[in-house]
Amino acid sequence: MPVKVLTGNHAVAEAVRLSRVKVIAAYPITPQTTIMEKLSEMADKGVLDARVLRVESEHSALAAAYAAASAGARAFTATSSHGLLYMHEVVWWAAGSRIPLVMAVVTRAIGPPWNIHVDHQDIMDQRDTGWIIGIAQENQEVLDMTIQAFRISEDPRVYLPVMIGLDGFILSHTSAPVDIPSQDEVDAWLPPRRQPYVITPESKIVMGNISDDDEHFMMRYSMHVAMNEAKRVIKEVDESYGKTFGRSYGGLLECYKCEDADYAILLAGSWAGDAKTAVEMLRSEGYKVGVIRIRFIRPWPREELLEIASRLKGIIVFDRAVSMGSTGILLGEVSSTLYSTKISIRGTIAGLTGVDVGPEAFYTQAKEFIEKVEQQGHVYEPLHWLLPPRYRRRGKPGKIERAEVVM
Amino acid sequence: MQQPIIEEPRTYFKAPLSTPQPGSAGVTGAWRVKKPVVDPDKCTGCQICWLYCPEDTIIILDTGKVTVEYEYCKGCGICAEVCPFNAIKMVDEGGA
Amino acid sequence: MEDLLEIRFHGRGGQGAVTAANILADAAVREGKYAQAFPHFGAERRGAPVVAFARISTKPIEVHSRIERPDIVVVLDSMLFELVDVTSGLKRGGILVANSKRNPGIEGDYKVYCVDATGIAMRKGLVVSGWPVVNTVMLGALSKATGIVSLDSLAEVISSRFPEDVAKRNIDAMKSAAESVHTC
Repeated sequence: MPVKVLTGNHAVAEAVRLSRVKVIAAYPITPQTTIMEKLSEMADKGVLDARVLRVESEHSALAAAYAAASAGARAFTATSSHGLLYMHEVVWWAAGSRIPLVMAVVTRAIGPPWNIHVDHQDIMDQRDTGWIIGIAQENQEVLDMTIQAFRISEDPRVYLPVMIGLDGFILSHTSAPVDIPSQDEVDAWLPPRRQPYVITPESKIVMGNISDDDEHFMMRYSMHVAMNEAKRVIKEVDESYGKTFGRSYGGLLECYKCEDADYAILLAGSWAGDAKTAVEMLRSEGYKVGVIRIRFIRPWPREELLEIASRLKGIIVFDRAVSMGSTGILLGEVSSTLYSTKISIRGTIAGLTGVDVGPEAFYTQAKEFIEKVEQQGHVYEPLHWLLPPRYRRRGKPGKIERAEVVM
Repeated sequence: MQQPIIEEPRTYFKAPLSTPQPGSAGVTGAWRVKKPVVDPDKCTGCQICWLYCPEDTIIILDTGKVTVEYEYCKGCGICAEVCPFNAIKMVDEGGA
Repeated sequence: MEDLLEIRFHGRGGQGAVTAANILADAAVREGKYAQAFPHFGAERRGAPVVAFARISTKPIEVHSRIERPDIVVVLDSMLFELVDVTSGLKRGGILVANSKRNPGIEGDYKVYCVDATGIAMRKGLVVSGWPVVNTVMLGALSKATGIVSLDSLAEVISSRFPEDVAKRNIDAMKSAAESVHTC
């Protein structure tokens, strides 16, 4: 298995090639575009036997990929930020149709103003749509998770589409070593495509025709049943992948240095690496801290989190997306999961709109939280804003401020 | 292209699928206020009405000319509108 | 070698600073190390000052935040010394490798190396659309000045990425830079 230095986006493309995807449809958007460019190049060179469709919008991109999947092709699309919002209607329809499909989402802030940098607002906005949603930490995991996504999506216990999140620029445009499995190995591990039905001119099936409200209700319920089954399938697939390729990630979540931990930093995405570095700093000072890295926000790892939390005094959640008027998205999930426990929780909104958060910030925030819990016994602070460094000193804004536009 | 395997779901599964067949929405012929009547002398068998009928209720006869399946025809009048030869008239339900 | 080395490249859009960071990371990985390379996250414009980054480590690299305190700075274009504060954040005792015949006025507790990369690029025929392309030349100087990766590993990466004749000219130029780089 050769190790190559690849960007996160090229890792996605390699995974799509190895998964023998037959139809790819996408519309360019930074920072997704290089996934599509690479796949087009592969198809052009003949190393990828797929139809690459250039469509006129993201709405059409997913409609085309999902139609091809309905007709029996292993299909793929990729997008980001505004593109994902534009396809949001079809995101619901693809999941509701129960057709296996995989999409890469290169996470990026949403405007206004225009901003191409990372946050999780776009992918978190999809959390109720019925897609299985994974978020990777490293380029290697991006490749592994994308290959796994096809197997999860096409499992007859699941039959739901899967979205793979990778952080814009921080993974998508960063080169790092990636171990690329051989085609033979992937062929042996990834079963032929399975799906619940195929729509062809001969099949005489109509998807989405008007139905009875009770029937529609039961379709929603059946998607939820499939999501619950997906929890087991994701774990099985992760373990099976580990046996074949030597890399397992822990299923729905990864618990880093949790064995003896009293506290944990909980988050999703590439900045978990920075949090792990902060854990080393904290541990060198005697603070027993671990990292709970959420790998799948849907299905939500409720049972795993409850089990881990039973051994902890406190969890500090870092959210790269906020539900304005409420709290961070992960904080809401964590709070409802741990409602019946006595654990201390703090929710921190940070790293929105590409604002950099490094090990120092995690170290300082976690330490402050731990000290507070140790002094007060129990803390529940659902909404704590970690403002950008130059705004931390100024304090809370009090009057109308006009943004400084930087060209 | 290699065909996928169609495999039954292994959990409770309900997808929004239907198989279109005559009358799957009930006897929609009862919805009519007016009904289309084809004048066989004027009908040239161009079958444009067949192409346009949203309910697939135009029947093509052996002669190539058309008639209407009144059990499901909703009386929308599109066939009469598109007929280039004025061979279809919309007639009050009670009257004709 | 330190556990983790952080390197910042300064160039101008089109000079190949991002490619330099990528080649460096690739060479380090071929030597069994871990590495990361990334551009400045933004729109790229030909001629405008740009930066690119690399991390090299003996251990897997988990950090993804920006590089604020580099160990090494490489400057691909001598015009940048007037435009950009190239030593910003550079650690005390850090290394600066400059495309310049003589010290471009760098003061402070740094080790400064100079190489006439533009001259070498012109002599070795590394000119694209009238622009001397100095990225591989600067990597030769960086290799000699710091030893973070070997010239052989760099040559291996260059051979794998470019057509044979282009690779040969780049490798020649890189070696020539390694011979002529000097403290300044």
